[in-house]
Amino acid sequence: MKKKQFSLYQLILIIGLGIICITCVLPFIHLLAVSFSSSAAVAAGRVGFWPVEFTAASYEYVITGGRFLRAMGISIERVTIGTLLNIVLMILTAYPLAHNDLPGRGILSGFFVLTMLIGGGMIPTYLLVSGLGLKDTIWALVLPGALPVYNMIILMNFIRGLPPALEEAAWIDGASPFQTLIYVIFPLLGPSLATVGLFSMVGHWNDWFAGMIYMSEPLNYPLQTYLQTLLVDFEKLLQSDTTGNIQDILSKMNARTGRAAQLFLGALPIMLVYPFLQRYFTTGLTLGSVKE
Amino acid sequence: MKKKKFNISSLWQYYLMLVPGVILTFIFSYIPLYGVIIAFEKYNVGMGFASPWVGLENFRYLFAQPTFTRTIWNTLYISFWKLALGIVVPVTIAVLLNEMASDKLKRFYQTLIYIPNFLSWIIMAGVLMDILSSTGAINMILMKLGFPGVDFLGNAKVFPWTMIISDVWKGFGYGTIVYLAALTGIDPSLYESAMLDGANRWEQIKNITIPLLMPTVVLMTVLALGSVLNAGFDQIYNLYSPAVWETADIIDTYVYRLGIQQAQYSVGAAVGLFKSLVSAIMVIVSYRLADKLAGYRIL
Repeated sequence: MKKKQFSLYQLILIIGLGIICITCVLPFIHLLAVSFSSSAAVAAGRVGFWPVEFTAASYEYVITGGRFLRAMGISIERVTIGTLLNIVLMILTAYPLAHNDLPGRGILSGFFVLTMLIGGGMIPTYLLVSGLGLKDTIWALVLPGALPVYNMIILMNFIRGLPPALEEAAWIDGASPFQTLIYVIFPLLGPSLATVGLFSMVGHWNDWFAGMIYMSEPLNYPLQTYLQTLLVDFEKLLQSDTTGNIQDILSKMNARTGRAAQLFLGALPIMLVYPFLQRYFTTGLTLGSVKE
Repeated sequence: MKKKKFNISSLWQYYLMLVPGVILTFIFSYIPLYGVIIAFEKYNVGMGFASPWVGLENFRYLFAQPTFTRTIWNTLYISFWKLALGIVVPVTIAVLLNEMASDKLKRFYQTLIYIPNFLSWIIMAGVLMDILSSTGAINMILMKLGFPGVDFLGNAKVFPWTMIISDVWKGFGYGTIVYLAALTGIDPSLYESAMLDGANRWEQIKNITIPLLMPTVVLMTVLALGSVLNAGFDQIYNLYSPAVWETADIIDTYVYRLGIQQAQYSVGAAVGLFKSLVSAIMVIVSYRLADKLAGYRIL
């Protein structure tokens, strides 16, 4: 279909859709503007999309306060361990299951798929994790979801789509299944592994609930759980804070600007990687629908 | 990989690969299934799973609570509208984006609308609390235009719609990209012959684009049916307050408050069990439908 480049119709589309698309980022620009504005300007409702009475006091608070950086460190630890664990388990599970004539394959894949249909629910899982003594350890955050079944199936379907001749050649050369997986299959997983890996990373980074129920000590909260506490009682936290020269910083900020700064920093890593990795985020959507 | 021959002597290696996944899945997905027996007990931390058996008592107690029965209604109401608008909005945007002549601009717009999808509900809740508060950006604009202010998060009548609209806003980029992918697969010669027959733009959209998009729409709808009892815990938990519980409390927020905050493990597990049973049925039915209506299978 040949579409005219310039016409009233095109102009309406560009402007109309442009407005809708802008609403997806404007709130974040507003948040950024609030975080760099003075508390007085924010309280008076004078801040739009540009800082008013520019100050970096909120960011100074984030750095001197220490809680934010500590929580971020825990999140980075979780993303690293959690994603590695997810990837290793997904590959190890997907590869054998990609072989249709593996004896017992039906029962084994049923074993995994069933967990997508039924679950014990929040309470029994919570009691189990507590019972295993995992509370207040990083393992409570990464072990319960160590094998993401849906993403494993995406990966399995991808492996099935690879030319069988590759594996056969490896066998003829005397490679064992482990060697075939490591030297032949693994290097070919590229784009699909990037996609499921990214979903794991984003999932671990964004999760706050596990941190809230499994960490009884707030100092062990990962970033999103810490940010969640700010939504509820940042005002109280600010009033009780007496470390060092914090009073000086506090005079230039308030709960709203401080919260804005920390929320913005919490969203930043994803906003930074997103434009570069967007194609992997998008291909994931179509990978899932690979059919037999 | 259809035909595979195995070297029987190394077959064990395949099973060895499966061992870690099987063990972890067994511990964290199957043992909690055994844990649901506490839904039929009067659970006591000291006695654990050996607590006294009370049969269906917890369920009887639950369904007698008006605070529980209203959560079912709230869950279905919020879920239904999220589902319905979560289809209509992305389909509309995708069709309009597909009409755009400039591919560069189209890609740029896609990039923008997909961003909120990847941010956590914590970040989004913080943003919404800021812009929707009584002194926030939206109320400032409303007042400047001469409208009365709206208590988006504190008024029980408004709250469910604040949830529905903000959820659709956060998520529509995902659906839009799925539908756009389906649209780019449409054969351009269909439009060319329609134009030769004198069909205008609207007629082309109505008679070519929409019908060819239907299989994808059906598939996405059916798959979403499986999660109809998940009305959005992350979103609602972080934005609601006791003032709006009447219309905002959903099954998941209720289980959390009862089961974990008040440590009423048995009743919490009973609600959880009720929810997983209904969800499991919905998932099975929806995958059957997806297979029948759109020929979609994940396995």
